[in-house]
Amino acid sequence: MKTFLFLCAALSVFVTTAIVFVLIRDSWEFFANIPLTDFLFGTMWTPVFANPQFGVLPLLTATLQTAGLAMLVAVPFGLIMAIYLSEYARPAVRETIKPALEMLEAVPTVVYGYFALLVMTPFLQQIVPGLKGINLLVPGIILGIMILPYVVSVSEDAMRAVPNSLREGGYGLGMAKWQVAIRIVIPGAFSGITAAFILGMSRAVGETMVLAVAAGQNPNLTWDPREGAATITAYIVQMSLGDVAHGSIAYQSIFAVGLLLFVITLLFNIIGFYLRRKFREAY
Amino acid sequence: MTTITEGSLGAAVTTDQAALDAVRKAKQKDIVLATGGMIVMAIAMTLLLTLIGDLVIRGAARIDYGFLTSYPSRLPERAGVLSAWVGSLLVMLVTAFLAIPIGIGAGLYLEEYARKGWLSNLIEINVSNLAGVPSIIYGLLALGLFVYGFSLGKTILVAGMTLALLILPIVIVSTREAVRAIPRIIKEGAYGLGADQWQVMWNYIIPAARPGILTGAIVGLSRAIGETAPIITIGALTFIAFLPPPPVTGEFPFISFAWLNDGFTVLPIQMFNWVSRPQEGFHTAAAATGVVLIALTFSLNGIAIWIRYRLRKGYRN
Repeated sequence: MKTFLFLCAALSVFVTTAIVFVLIRDSWEFFANIPLTDFLFGTMWTPVFANPQFGVLPLLTATLQTAGLAMLVAVPFGLIMAIYLSEYARPAVRETIKPALEMLEAVPTVVYGYFALLVMTPFLQQIVPGLKGINLLVPGIILGIMILPYVVSVSEDAMRAVPNSLREGGYGLGMAKWQVAIRIVIPGAFSGITAAFILGMSRAVGETMVLAVAAGQNPNLTWDPREGAATITAYIVQMSLGDVAHGSIAYQSIFAVGLLLFVITLLFNIIGFYLRRKFREAY
Repeated sequence: MTTITEGSLGAAVTTDQAALDAVRKAKQKDIVLATGGMIVMAIAMTLLLTLIGDLVIRGAARIDYGFLTSYPSRLPERAGVLSAWVGSLLVMLVTAFLAIPIGIGAGLYLEEYARKGWLSNLIEINVSNLAGVPSIIYGLLALGLFVYGFSLGKTILVAGMTLALLILPIVIVSTREAVRAIPRIIKEGAYGLGADQWQVMWNYIIPAARPGILTGAIVGLSRAIGETAPIITIGALTFIAFLPPPPVTGEFPFISFAWLNDGFTVLPIQMFNWVSRPQEGFHTAAAATGVVLIALTFSLNGIAIWIRYRLRKGYRN
C-alpha cells in the first residue's frame, strides 16, 4: 500500500520529466534544421509558406505585449483591492468577496475570449480610434481582469501574514491606517506581493483561449496594440486545429515554441515560488 | 492639584489643535483610500457582472430542449450541443476516475509517509511547479506522448488522461491541506489504542479529511470542465455529429468501454468554434454554450465553497 501511495506521488515527478522530454525530443529536429539564432532573432514567422521562415520574434512580442497590458490592469487594481480587503474591509465583507473572487477564477477562459471578441472590442472601437476588430489591446485588458482574482488573493494572503504587532507598533507611533498600510504592511509583504504579480504574469503569458479568439492568428511584428497579432499560444492552437502532418517541420515548430513558452513560465514560476517561500519564512 | 498658568494652558491647547488637525487629515486620507478600494472593487465586479449578465441575456433564450438534444449544424438556428455535453461528461468521468485516487494517494504519501529528505523535497517543489505550467503545455505533452508516443489516438481516454494530469496538483495540494488540518490528538489517540499506520489512515485520517479532499476534487473538476487549450492541442474535433457508443449495453457483460476510444468534442471547444464564426446566429449559440459552462462551473464551485463552510463550522464545535 505504501508503495502504491509512493507511486502516486512519484507520478508528478514523472509528469515534469515527460513534459521536458517531449518538448526537447520533438523540437530537437526542428533546431537541427533551423539555427537557434534564426529562431530567436528572426522577424518573420511563416511556417506554411513555400519557403518557410521561423523567426519567433513576432509571436514573442505579441505574447509579451498582451501580458504587459494585463499587468498594467492587474498591478494597480490588484494592489488597491488587496489593501482594501486586508486592511480596511470588515470581516463580513471579506468573507463575501473572497469566495466571489474564487468563483470568478473558475470562469472558463474561452468565455473570457467571447467577452473580448464580441463585447469589449465593439465597445472600445467606439472610444479608441483605429482599433481593429482583432487586436492586442482588448485581450490584454481582459487577461488583466482574468488574473485579477488570483493576484488579489495571493497578495492579500501576503499582507495578512504581516504580524499584527508590527501594525500596532505603527499605531502606537501615531500612524493612521493608510500610513500603516503603505509604510508597514506593503514593505512587510513586499516579497509576497511581488510573487503574486510574477505568478500572475506567468499565467498571462501561458493563457491561450482569450488570445486565440481575440488576438488573431496572424503573426505580426508590431508594437501597436490596436493591431492583431498571433501569440505563442494562439499559434499552437491554430496549428493544432489544422491537420498538421506528424513529423513535419510545422509539427515540430509547435514544440519548439512550446519549449520557449515553458522556459519563460518556468523562470517566472521559480522566481515567484522563491519569493513566496521567503515571505512565508519571514514571519 | 497642579496649578496651570494661563500661558502653559494656551500652549497645550494649540498643540492639541495641531495634533487634532493631523489626525483629521490622516482620517481624510484613510477615507480616500478606503473609498478608492471600494470603488475599484465595485468597478471590477460591475464590469464582470455586466459581461456575464450580457452573456446570460443573449444566451439563455437560446437554451431549450432542442439545443441540448441536437448535433452541431451548418445552420446556426438548428445547431445544438448534444455531442459536446456528452463528450464533456465522458471526459470528466475519465478525469475524475484517474485524478481523484492518484491525487489523494500522492497527498497522503507526502503528508503521512514521506520522510523529510531530498526526495520529498523534490516532489514538493515539483508539485507546486506543475501547478504553474500553462495548460497548453499539457496538451503538447499529451500530443507527443499519448497520441503519437503510445499511439492512443485522439480519443476520450487521452483527453481524460490529459486533464487528469492537469488537475492533479490541485487534488494533491487540497488533500495535503485537509490532512494537515486534522488535530494530532485524533491520530495519537488511535495509535494509543493500538491501531497500525494503515488502520489510522483508513479509519481516521481519510474520514476526517474527506470534506477538504472533496472540495479540492470538485474545484479541480470544475477547472477541467472549462479547459479548452490542451484538448484542442491533442486534436479534438470541432464538428461531431455522432455519439460515442453507450457505456452500458444490453448484452453481457453489460458494460462497454468502447467509448473510451472514440473521437469527441467538448463544450468549451464547441463554444470556441462558434465564437470564431462570422454569423450572428453562431454567436448566440456560443453565448448559450457559455451560459451552460458558467452554470456548471459556478454550481461546482458553489458546492465546494458550501462544503468548506460547513467544514469550518464543524471544527468550531
